[in-house]
Amino acid sequence: MATLKNSESLDRLRESLKERGERGARLVSLCAGSGCAAYGTGRVYRALKEELARQGMEGDVEVKLTGCHGFCEKGPIMVLHPEGFFYPQVKEEQIPEIVEKSIKGGELIESLVFKDPVTKKMIPYERDVPFYRLQQRIIFGNNGIIDPTNIEDYIAVGGYSALQRALFEMTPEEIIEEIKRSGLRGRGGGGFPTGIKWESCRRHEGERYVICNADEGDPGAYMDRSLLEGNPHSVVEGMIIGAVAIGSREGYVYVRHEYPLAVKNLTKALEAAEEYGLLGRDILGSGFDFEIRISRGGGAFVCGESTALMASLEGNPGRPRAKYVHTVARGFRQNPSNLNNVETWANVPVIINRGADWYASIGTENSKGTKIFSLVGKVVNTGLVEVPMGTSLRTIIYDIGGGIPKKKQFKAVQTGGPSGGCIPGQFLDLGVDFDELAKVGSMMGSGGMIVMDQDTCMVDVARYFLDFLKEESCGQCTPCREGIKQMLEILTNICEGHGKEGDISLLEELGGMVKKFSLCGLGTSAPNPVLTTIRYFRDEYEAHIRDKRCPAGVCKNLFHYEIDPDTCTGCRLCALKCPQGAISGEKKKPHKLDQDKCIKCGVCYDACKFGAVLIK
Amino acid sequence: MFEPLGGGGEFSPRIREWDDMQAPFEIRLEKIEEIIEKYHGDREALLMILQDIADIHNYVPPEVVPLLVERLGVRPSLIYSVATFYKTISLEPRGKYVINVCTGTACHVRGADKIMEALKEKLGIDEGETTEDLKFTLEAVRCVGCCASGPVITVNRETHGGLDRSSALKIIESYEKEIS
Repeated sequence: MATLKNSESLDRLRESLKERGERGARLVSLCAGSGCAAYGTGRVYRALKEELARQGMEGDVEVKLTGCHGFCEKGPIMVLHPEGFFYPQVKEEQIPEIVEKSIKGGELIESLVFKDPVTKKMIPYERDVPFYRLQQRIIFGNNGIIDPTNIEDYIAVGGYSALQRALFEMTPEEIIEEIKRSGLRGRGGGGFPTGIKWESCRRHEGERYVICNADEGDPGAYMDRSLLEGNPHSVVEGMIIGAVAIGSREGYVYVRHEYPLAVKNLTKALEAAEEYGLLGRDILGSGFDFEIRISRGGGAFVCGESTALMASLEGNPGRPRAKYVHTVARGFRQNPSNLNNVETWANVPVIINRGADWYASIGTENSKGTKIFSLVGKVVNTGLVEVPMGTSLRTIIYDIGGGIPKKKQFKAVQTGGPSGGCIPGQFLDLGVDFDELAKVGSMMGSGGMIVMDQDTCMVDVARYFLDFLKEESCGQCTPCREGIKQMLEILTNICEGHGKEGDISLLEELGGMVKKFSLCGLGTSAPNPVLTTIRYFRDEYEAHIRDKRCPAGVCKNLFHYEIDPDTCTGCRLCALKCPQGAISGEKKKPHKLDQDKCIKCGVCYDACKFGAVLIK
Repeated sequence: MFEPLGGGGEFSPRIREWDDMQAPFEIRLEKIEEIIEKYHGDREALLMILQDIADIHNYVPPEVVPLLVERLGVRPSLIYSVATFYKTISLEPRGKYVINVCTGTACHVRGADKIMEALKEKLGIDEGETTEDLKFTLEAVRCVGCCASGPVITVNRETHGGLDRSSALKIIESYEKEIS
């Protein structure tokens, strides 16, 4: 490919690619995102290639490995074009049938079609699946269509046209104004207005840097991973536009080492962009130079904090500093540095292309646009969900997510990762945006949404997050290092049955102290999971402390399993599955559980189809 | 727990026989020179250099520190500081297969601790330890970003999702077979 020397040659390339795409050739797109890959995309892909080769059809059928479609629960996902047939949970042994009937014959295989778990109706097309129908996928939509390793796929769907506008039709000030008017706020957690950040970085003199925060550390959130893996060029394009606006010549992407596929696809994307003349010297003949480098993080949660991330970029341990001077003034290498996260950068080309007015028409008064949430935990349809800001928790969890599996009760939804909080059922109709979440004591964070049901112990969840934060605290400041440790000790005692009266108020006091006096965002938000669970689930704390009982059956010292003789049918399933041989009984007669042998692994509880294993 | 670094003795690697993999254990300094060269001896790339070294040896042998000091022009204390700060770097030998049990929130509520318990029992080691025969290292990772498929474990670069106790054990057995 020859370098694109000017804007017109990119237009011509895009036109020719579109024409080629419209010929309606047979195309099989197979999701190769990390979720589907964990369920075996690799095996399905190999089987499909082999079968096509065996039938001599490799030339007629294009097999495209795409990025994440979002519906990760049902992986691996296959979509057959031009019909658009949608087959979830494809297995390698189904490949011969798919090739024979659907690929050769254009016939829909009913047994493979997705069935709505609620209505039991067959849904042959991806767009009609309720999980997708209620979403508005302006950022994430192209993920399932394009091959992330092929820059031409991205160009064909309009990629890099926003860059053309930014370079040739707008001044840097106009770009910043457009972003400001769009109301875009940082998607990494803080929700700071992006345009204002750009403007203040541009005002500072020095070698300015543009940085992408892809150190997605929030456990339970993986939209940044999916965007980088599935549509890396949208992030790259956003960064180049940001560089034009801010006046920067060098950019960095700080990405987790634990995301090897994201690193690989991003590396390829940068190489391709350079080859096509969209990165590097004299971009599209505009005279503007910009390059992007990758830096791989080392798995430290605190490096998501801006000053820690920049310390890490400089090759030091990622310890944050007090922000008397903001990073837009003095950040990376003591120079003005503008840091935005992956999803924020991916929003930029969309805003430039479709205009600030259109973008600002989506969402709520102070939170514009859409947000990608990772809907995970105890919910039927797990996956990545992109909805307009202000969509209610109920719509997300019940209409898109399909509710709670196994007819269990909803208990809470955790948002904002370790810095956020747990939101109980009474707020299900809350419209999710930056401000509403803050009002109930939680936060948007990077968009993790972990659904919890009756089997989740809220004290254990609080303990879990503090355990996480204790490990991840950088140890510089005392309130965070010691405060979290003390709080964790109290919580561990409560979970092990050694809770005392007064523990709850001590936790609240300590939490308030850690919040107020810690150096960086990690510490100041660390008590949130504890404080919100105390606020909304005080009765569970009290049950642990006073009655020495864990109502959810999680804290091992505080419950035991019993088999209810009235509901037990004697099917023997639990007895067969028990790894300890602790369950005995005759067929079709109520079984007994030997408490001395039981290790409380919960295998019987999960296995019983009749709800006869009880938590006492 | 914070352990001060004294004298360097704590981090001297225990050199053990390691099947056909890398036995007898040898540090390939020319490979490490190549890595440093790839990053143009840039001290800002220290963390990535350590990661690349770990990709060859499965850990960062403290014997490479003097070379890094010379080539990057940094103090040994910075190298130890970076190596101990970041979780992806280990200064102790690790197994041929590094098992990471994801303990992210989504995996946690779906029973990651039960998977961890089962693997500890199976391998006879605790979290963060390596089996005597240097075949397996068991570690916990805070989220690998496969939250929809939880509970998840990764073995080296392969990800296995939707696990329960017995399927997790089966996966480990399949790796055991691969070695033997």
